[in-house]
Amino acid sequence: MPSESSGSYSFNILLVEDNPGDARLAREALNENNINHFFFHVEDGLQALDFLHNKGMYQSSPRPDLILLDLNLPKINGHQVLSEIKSDESLRKIPVVILSISQSEKDIERSYELNANCYVTKPLDINEFIEVFGRIQNFWLKTVKLPV
Amino acid sequence: MEPNESSLHPIEILLVEDNPGDSRLAKEALKESKLKNNLYIAEDGVEAMNFLYKTGKYSKMPRPDLVILDLNLPKKDGREVLAEIKNDDNLKRIPVVILTISKAEEDILKTYNLHANCYVTKPLDLDQFMKVVKSIEDFWLTIVKLPNGKNE
Repeated sequence: MPSESSGSYSFNILLVEDNPGDARLAREALNENNINHFFFHVEDGLQALDFLHNKGMYQSSPRPDLILLDLNLPKINGHQVLSEIKSDESLRKIPVVILSISQSEKDIERSYELNANCYVTKPLDINEFIEVFGRIQNFWLKTVKLPV
Repeated sequence: MEPNESSLHPIEILLVEDNPGDSRLAKEALKESKLKNNLYIAEDGVEAMNFLYKTGKYSKMPRPDLVILDLNLPKKDGREVLAEIKNDDNLKRIPVVILTISKAEEDILKTYNLHANCYVTKPLDLDQFMKVVKSIEDFWLTIVKLPNGKNE
């Protein structure tokens, strides 16, 4: 188990997000909470799957404890990434939080259909965005028991 | 802010819990929610499935927007209930939050593999229990978008 000086477990969070501004904001929001974690960021669906399957440059990547997944992604879209994760015996247990600007009921229904753990819409307002990321982190890393 | 849809369509929550003390506390915690919700309680796994399939006395019951499921239940175990929900094309989209005293890694792993939406352990302390139910309510009703778009 990776650990920091405090000795408590550090969670591995994987963010799959192609927008550099959103990724930066997410990283900052997650750092504000004082919950030990390692932050990993990939920019498209292909990289996400390579990261999860330890392929190519991701050979020594750790298994994420939580995945924050955007839907509109280059190369392989978020629904396809979600579907691969949730139909893979060794990956399906990892909680996947969908984070998308889409409010379309079709996207929401489809995500739950594919066994997303939850669906959250990304607020456009920066302060709300930071608040939402903080609350996701708090709930999933503090209230919820994650699979080991 | 747009007018709150939930005042017209309350969020329907099904709690599957055989311990009357725990259901009562959960009910109190949910009453304080900002979003209007109706809490239904099923006391065992068979009742839960009847509720979800609207069989017998449950024919007029609404489809739940969220299920909070204990694992150790009479008649039909929570793991079986979860598996049935997540294998049913019509029900699988309903988020299922596991709320149980079990901290067993095996239970955590198994339920995530069965596509539980999240796993939360029940604290024995009453105040802590209320707090946990409120966190679940707060996250699932105000941060998450539920499948039917009720909690806009």
